[in-house]
Amino acid sequence: MTINWFKYSSPASFYPLAGKLIPVFMVLAIVLTLGGLYWGFFQTPDVLSDQKQYYRIIFVHIASAWMAMWLYVVMVFWAVLGLIFNTRLSYMFACATAVTGAIMTALSLWTGAFWGQTSWGTWWDWDPRMTTQLILLFLYMGYIALHSAIDDNRRADRASAVLAMVGLAIVPVIYYSINCPDPNACASLHQESSMERIETNIFIAIMTTVAGFWMYCFAVILMRTRNIILQRERKSSWVARLEALK
Amino acid sequence: MTARQKRIVFIILGLCAVAGSSVMITKAMQSNLAYLYAPETVLAGEVPENKLIRVGGLVKKGSLKRSDTSLDLSFVLTDNRGNEVTVTYDRILPDLFKEEQSAVVRGKLNSDKVMIAEEVLAKHDAEYMPEELKDVLKKEHAPAPDKTTEVTY
Repeated sequence: MTINWFKYSSPASFYPLAGKLIPVFMVLAIVLTLGGLYWGFFQTPDVLSDQKQYYRIIFVHIASAWMAMWLYVVMVFWAVLGLIFNTRLSYMFACATAVTGAIMTALSLWTGAFWGQTSWGTWWDWDPRMTTQLILLFLYMGYIALHSAIDDNRRADRASAVLAMVGLAIVPVIYYSINCPDPNACASLHQESSMERIETNIFIAIMTTVAGFWMYCFAVILMRTRNIILQRERKSSWVARLEALK
Repeated sequence: MTARQKRIVFIILGLCAVAGSSVMITKAMQSNLAYLYAPETVLAGEVPENKLIRVGGLVKKGSLKRSDTSLDLSFVLTDNRGNEVTVTYDRILPDLFKEEQSAVVRGKLNSDKVMIAEEVLAKHDAEYMPEELKDVLKKEHAPAPDKTTEVTY
């Protein structure tokens, strides 16, 4: 038996599949996010060794920051796949991912500003972590802007895919801006990330909200992809049949 | 080569270039001067005077002195290896600012190597634990390495 790997790379067969997956991811997203936030707000210590209640912004902050970085890699993956195989659907995925990625980046910067104001004493500082995260936001916005500036969808897809690929250079820089082997070698205001020195309940809450955000991203990206499919394939016969069914 | 194979080769070359540039940016950022100076560098005279710079270090124990009549205060930033820079400040310190905690100071260096701060920021550590649990862990993992010997900004 041969598996047809490309079955769901056709928008016509992917559209109904995505429609079935969206509610599953949405329910998981709501349950995990609310569960994680509940655990984070009510089952964790009120005061840490140096920080007070406000550290609880971490649950939204880490989840959105992880998604921001991760979605960029996902977006480049789909863009490169599109460049290689010329598949329409992968470009549509890349477009749909960019918007959610940009929102997550903005959310991480926003929550970070609140946390920074209460703990460090400033909303913003040109520290390596924050600066590179801001560049990531500009990359997402640049991708979206370039794509919408070119009228021909296929040319827009290819041009913005190359831009996304070049921008990939920033992702390891963001990661290493606070995680380099010698902490004295990369000074920043942002604390380094430490997954082993975290109180267990805080850790559980972080992981649950991260999973919840992840599911949310799946759901909204699929929803946006479905919209893009309808938009781009509006002249095809299968979309016309879809309309007729209504 | 088919057109698709050519595209794959180009993309792989492109990704290699991207990886290379990423490594170089990271290396450049680790030269440490990208963000702040250490007290050691300040004392060695490698830092320009009267220019807006950042200095980071630990706030020395017992060094915080406040004026009785105004907001003026001063403290000493140290790297626990004997390099110390005095900082003066006339605004409100952030909540997390404490002796023996890291701080990042933005300001200008005067000719006496005293830092006239315009902004003092407190760093917090990456240990998300209540104080009691921290003590328990310290006992369990004794003898723990002395944390203060190695300074992280």
